[in-house]
Amino acid sequence: MKKVITGNQAVAYGVILSRVDVISAYPITPQTTIVEELSELIASGRLKTKFLKVESEHSAMAALIGASTGGVRTFTATSSHGLAYMHEMLHWASGARLPIVLVNVNRALGAPWNIWGDQSDSVSQRDTGWIQLYCENNQEVLDTILQAYLIAETVRLPVMVVLDAFVLSHTAEAVEIPSIEEVDSILPPFCPDYPIDTQEPRAYSVITTPDYFMEFRYKVQKAMEEVPGVARKVDEEFRARFGRGYGAIEKYGKEGAEVLLMTSGTVTSTSRMVTKKMVEKGVSIAGIKVKRFRPFPSEEIYKAIQGAKKIAVIDRNLSAGVGGVFAQELRASLYSREERPQVFGFVSGLGGRDITPELIEEAIQYTLDHNRPEEEILWLGLKK
Amino acid sequence: MKKIEIPLEENLGHGHLACAGCGAAVAMRLTLKALGEKTVMVFPASCWSIVPGSWPYSSYRITAVHAGFVTGAATASGVRAALDVRGDDETLVTVWAGDGGTFDIGLQALSGAAERNEDLLYICNDNEGYMNTGTQRSSATPFLAWTTTTPAMKPKENPKKDIMAIMADHQIPYAATATIAYPEDLIRKLEKAKGIRGTRFIHLFSPCPPGWKMASEQTIKISRLAVRSRIFPLYEIENGRNYTIQEEHRVVSVKEYLKLQGRFSHLTEKDIETTQRNVDDTWERLLRRARC
Repeated sequence: MKKVITGNQAVAYGVILSRVDVISAYPITPQTTIVEELSELIASGRLKTKFLKVESEHSAMAALIGASTGGVRTFTATSSHGLAYMHEMLHWASGARLPIVLVNVNRALGAPWNIWGDQSDSVSQRDTGWIQLYCENNQEVLDTILQAYLIAETVRLPVMVVLDAFVLSHTAEAVEIPSIEEVDSILPPFCPDYPIDTQEPRAYSVITTPDYFMEFRYKVQKAMEEVPGVARKVDEEFRARFGRGYGAIEKYGKEGAEVLLMTSGTVTSTSRMVTKKMVEKGVSIAGIKVKRFRPFPSEEIYKAIQGAKKIAVIDRNLSAGVGGVFAQELRASLYSREERPQVFGFVSGLGGRDITPELIEEAIQYTLDHNRPEEEILWLGLKK
Repeated sequence: MKKIEIPLEENLGHGHLACAGCGAAVAMRLTLKALGEKTVMVFPASCWSIVPGSWPYSSYRITAVHAGFVTGAATASGVRAALDVRGDDETLVTVWAGDGGTFDIGLQALSGAAERNEDLLYICNDNEGYMNTGTQRSSATPFLAWTTTTPAMKPKENPKKDIMAIMADHQIPYAATATIAYPEDLIRKLEKAKGIRGTRFIHLFSPCPPGWKMASEQTIKISRLAVRSRIFPLYEIENGRNYTIQEEHRVVSVKEYLKLQGRFSHLTEKDIETTQRNVDDTWERLLRRARC
C-alpha cells in the first residue's frame, strides 16, 4: 500500500509493523507528531502496545531499560535536548546489551534556542555504544526501523534511527507501506536469552570490579564489529523481500571520479541532483551517502573511494574545536591506509539553515579548484 | 490485632557487605521475607548497589535489577510494563532506593510514577544522607546534623524534607512509615502494601552506625528512640487522606535520641530545645493532617 505520509508518520508505521510491546516517550519538537500519532493508534485500539507517558526523556530511556530487561520489544523517540538528557541512560542501555530502538529527529541544541535540523544531538552520542543509522527519505525511515530491530536483536545492541527535522519529520512524500504479514515474515518476535524470570532469579547490571569490567566493554566492541556483517545480511534479505535496500553507504555519480562528495541525511538528496547536473556538464564527480555512522563503515568507504584524490565532506554538525564530525571520522579511518585522499571538511546548515544546491556546488567547485583545503574547517554559507 | 508471623525463608543470602550494625541490612532481610520470591527489586544507586557483592556474585535471592541513580521509579515502571505485556500480573515490582535516590535525585521519576499510579511498591531506605559515598548531606538529613558536607561548625541549616506529605499529596493508594525496631509493624505494612494495586510507598527509617557516628550495637535502640521521641512517627496514609497513626505512648525527649549519635554531639542545649520544638510542631502538623 502506497501512502503520502510525513517522516514522523513513517516512524509510527515502522513501530506498528515491528509489533513493539512497550513505548515510553516524552514530547519535544520536532518529534511530537510521532508520540501523538502513536497515542491515537493506541487509543483507537489499532495498536496493542503499552505506552508509558513519562515525565522526562531520562525516565523514558530508563523505563525502556526496565522493559527491555523484562524481555519485550521497546521503542522511544526524541530530539535534541531530549537525547542529551538521555545521555547517561544511553550508556546504560548499550552496557546492559538491550536492543532498544530509538528514533532521533535531528535538531540543534541550545543555547541559543533553536528547534531546527542539525546533527549535533546525535553525533555527540557517538561514544555511547549505540548503532546509528541516518535516513535520507521517508521510505528509508520506515524501512530502517524494521531493519533496526533485526540488527539490534541479533547483536544485542541498541539502535538509533536518525532523520532530519522538518525536511523529513514534517514533510509528506509517497511511502510504500508493507503489510504486517510481510513484515512478520522477516521480523520474528523478540526472544531474549535472559528475560526477567522470578523462577530463576538473576542480578542485572550488578557492580563489576576492575577485574571483570573491561571484558564487558570488550564484548560491546566485539558486538559492534559484528554489525557490518549482520546489517549487510539484514539489508540483503530486506531487498529480496521488498525490493529496497540501503547498504552502510551508497555511491552514486560518475564512475572513477577523482573528487567525491560525502553527505548524510537529506543533504544527500540535494547532492544527488547537484552532482547529476555537474556530471552532465562534464565534471568528474561522485557522491557517497553515509547511512551507518556507528559503527563507522571504514571498510565500505575505503573500497568506495579507491582512485579518488579528494573527498569533500559536508557536515551538518559541529564539534567545536575540531570541526565536522563525519569529516573527522573519515580522516581517522583513513590514517592507517595506504591511499589517503585529501579530506575537505565543510560545515554547513547548522540550526536548520538550508543547504542549497548552490552551496553544494560551491563546496564541489572549491574542492575541484584546490589541491588541499586552505583551512581545517571550511564554512559553507556563513554570513561574513 | 492479628498476630504477625515473620516468614522463616531467607531471601537475603550470606556474604553481603553491609557494615556491622547496619539498620538497612535488618530492614532488607525482613522486607525480603515479607515480599517473597515472586518479587523483582529495582535498585537505583545506593549502599544496596554494593552490599550484595560484585559480579559474578549476588546475595539477593530475588530478581535484582540494578539501575541508574535517577531512575528507580522509571526503571520499575518499565519492568512492570514488560511483565504486564507478558501477562504476568502476579510478580511484585518493587524499588529499593536510598533517601538520596528518593528525596533528591530520584524525586522527579518517583513523582512521575506516582502521578501515573504505576503498580509498584517503592521503598525508600532512609539513612538520612549519602552514606554510600561517605556521609554527605541529602534533603533527608535532619536539621543541625553533622555530615561531611555540613561540618559541625556549620551544620545542616534546613529541616528534613517531608517526603510522606509529598507522596500523600500524589493521592497514591498507600504510604506508610516503618522502622526495624518494630518488625511486626514493618511486616504488616509490607503485606498490606502487597495486597494493594497502584503506587505504594514505604518510608523506611534505618540507622547507619558509621554515618550517624553511633555504636553498632545501638541500631535497634536508636530506631526505637526515633519513634518514641516522635522524630520518626509510625503511620499510614491511604489515598492521600486517611491517616492511621501507630501512636507510641512511651514518649521520650529528643535529647534521649540525639545524645547517642556523634552527628549531633556539637548541639548546644539551646539547639536541642529548638530541635524539640521543631519535632513537637511536626508532630502537631501530622495530627492536624490526620484529623482532616
